[in-house]
Amino acid sequence: MPETMCSSAIIQLTDVRKQYGNDGITTEVLYGIDLTLQRGEFTALIGPSGSGKSTLLNIIGLLEQPTSGTIQVQGRDTGTLSEEELTLLRGRSLGFVFQFHHLIPAFTALENVMMPLMLEQGRSTSAQRERAAGLLERVGLVDRMNFKPDKLSGGQQQRVAIARALVANAPLILADEPTGNLDTAAADEIFKLLLEVNEESGATFLIVTHDPRLAKRCRRVVELVDGRIVS
Amino acid sequence: MRIEWLLALRFLKEGRAQTLFMLGGVMMGVGVIVFLTSLITGLQRSIIEKTLGTQAHLVMRSPDDEARRIIKPTSELAVSAIVEQRAQRLCSILQWQQIMRDLELRPEVTAVSPLVAGSSFAMRGSATKSVALMGIEPEKYTRIVPMPSFIKEGEFRITANDAAIGTDLARDLGATIGDKIRLQTADGRSDTITVAGIFDVGIRDLNRRWVFITLRSAQNLLDLVGGVSSIDVTVRDLFKAEIISEQLASQTGLTAESWMKTNAQLMVGLRSQSASSYLIQFFVIISVAFGIASVLVVSVIQKSREVGILRAMGCSRRRILRIFLLQGGMVGLIGSLFGGGLGALLVTFFASTAKNPDGTPIFPVVLEPSMFLIAAGVATITGILAAAAPAARAAKLDPVVAIRNA
Ligand SMILES: Nc1ncnc2c1ncn2[C@@H]1O[C@H](COP(=O)(O)OP(=O)(O)OP(=O)(O)O)[C@@H](O)[C@H]1O
Ligand SMILES: [Mg+2]
Repeated sequence: MPETMCSSAIIQLTDVRKQYGNDGITTEVLYGIDLTLQRGEFTALIGPSGSGKSTLLNIIGLLEQPTSGTIQVQGRDTGTLSEEELTLLRGRSLGFVFQFHHLIPAFTALENVMMPLMLEQGRSTSAQRERAAGLLERVGLVDRMNFKPDKLSGGQQQRVAIARALVANAPLILADEPTGNLDTAAADEIFKLLLEVNEESGATFLIVTHDPRLAKRCRRVVELVDGRIVS
Repeated sequence: MRIEWLLALRFLKEGRAQTLFMLGGVMMGVGVIVFLTSLITGLQRSIIEKTLGTQAHLVMRSPDDEARRIIKPTSELAVSAIVEQRAQRLCSILQWQQIMRDLELRPEVTAVSPLVAGSSFAMRGSATKSVALMGIEPEKYTRIVPMPSFIKEGEFRITANDAAIGTDLARDLGATIGDKIRLQTADGRSDTITVAGIFDVGIRDLNRRWVFITLRSAQNLLDLVGGVSSIDVTVRDLFKAEIISEQLASQTGLTAESWMKTNAQLMVGLRSQSASSYLIQFFVIISVAFGIASVLVVSVIQKSREVGILRAMGCSRRRILRIFLLQGGMVGLIGSLFGGGLGALLVTFFASTAKNPDGTPIFPVVLEPSMFLIAAGVATITGILAAAAPAARAAKLDPVVAIRNA
């Protein structure tokens, strides 16, 4: 039974704790999180502000180290990996969509989407260009390919970020409030796009959101309150 | 294009004002260095050329007979003595033909010429002048000092009858081409020569004193038959003259004096000029480096978000480091290209304004390609080194901080 669970689990957290500060004053943020995300799942992570959602997402994203507990990515324990290996694993297995778009202003939409591939292969190629252009077409921005981020609306920037998260075929996409600063209509559309892409690509999605209306549209909802999973 | 290069270039292009600021700093620094170097090289070269225009690189003579003390002072015995240097009489170099043949075979030696030099009087009509006899073999001597190029009237033709004298001596004696002059030494030997050429070597004292005659005439006049008083030598690398002169002295037992020793004062001047120029250049480089570093530090702080995103997307620390080092290197290289142009422009302009009264430039402009290559290399390395601290800082940035703080 556990083996079959492992093989279909993309990520598995066991008793993950996180506290900030080390001498004197320490803040406990996460208290023993157990969480498994299955391949292809679309999960919403909800909870009040300050409950530790971003912290959890960053730990899953291998950007932060937990104080204790283990994280397995595709059955592989990440606790023993070096900084260098974690970076490599991050590039290969994870796609990020952040609340504030976080595109690189010096590059066009197309180049931003190509960036994870360029970083992986060390150079730019025409194959990357084609793949990135295809994804921009998918998110409806084919006519904005050569625009710099500051010439795009918030919603458009977020679409570029989604295309970028998908470009390297990462099996796990992490999004921290991807619709946080969009109006309702734009937020709905981005959410719809994420759901569609999840169907098409079969990648696993973990989306942090404040919006209960959006959370309801997800197959699975995980709620975090004061650093503990309550449902 | 390699991703590091692409990112470095884009970051530079994006931070336009900062990049221009750094480029301007490098450009001015390299401009100053190129200007200073070519100015000093040109100036020193022309000074040395002028000095060596009438000198051999090194001169070999037979060792002076030293006046020897008869009573040597010891610890018990203090000796008070007036030691008078024996009057210098002309003495010949022994086996000078053999020594000359040996010298000519050396690869570092380019020309060798025997010389019989001594003083005498030159007389024409009622005028009598003290002169320096220069007994030479013309075809050999002209390879050491290009006398034909100094000729103002007539030609540099030295035979048993024909001689060449300087412009000032010609004026003092009222002699022109074709006139006869009597040479007479202190011990009564004399000869008559015809003026075939009048020269101007640019040094009044030499124009007044030098009288060129054949080696044989000089040997007869100065009672040195079959001998020579010195051997002039020119070497391939004139700055090795001192080392070579020491070697030759110890190998032949003669004394050898290089132009550097003869002009010791000048050499000290040139050396301290070079040293102060190096010092200035060093401080220019340091201040350019600080300029680049301080601009890049600011740029790293401004780019911390981009760095964070790149790190989240799988960009390693080493790659971030390289991206910022590359920016420093590129600024150094590109800035030095403009700086080289600026320096060349400055020095050309300066040389065109610094002119002798007759309109010829005071010194030739020296713009060697090697100088530009060295300047570009130094600037590139300086840029990379200056970028080291900011780049290390960028590589250490925590991606989480960049991502959390929108
Ligand atoms: N670097 C840090 N040092 C100390 N405390 C921190 C640090 N980062 C986060 N915290 C604390 O951890 C707690 C959880 O923060 P986190 O950002 O994960 O909350 P969140 O659920 O994402 O909140 P929000 O919905 O407002 O984004 C907060 O109380 C916060 O103050
Ligand atoms: Mg958050």
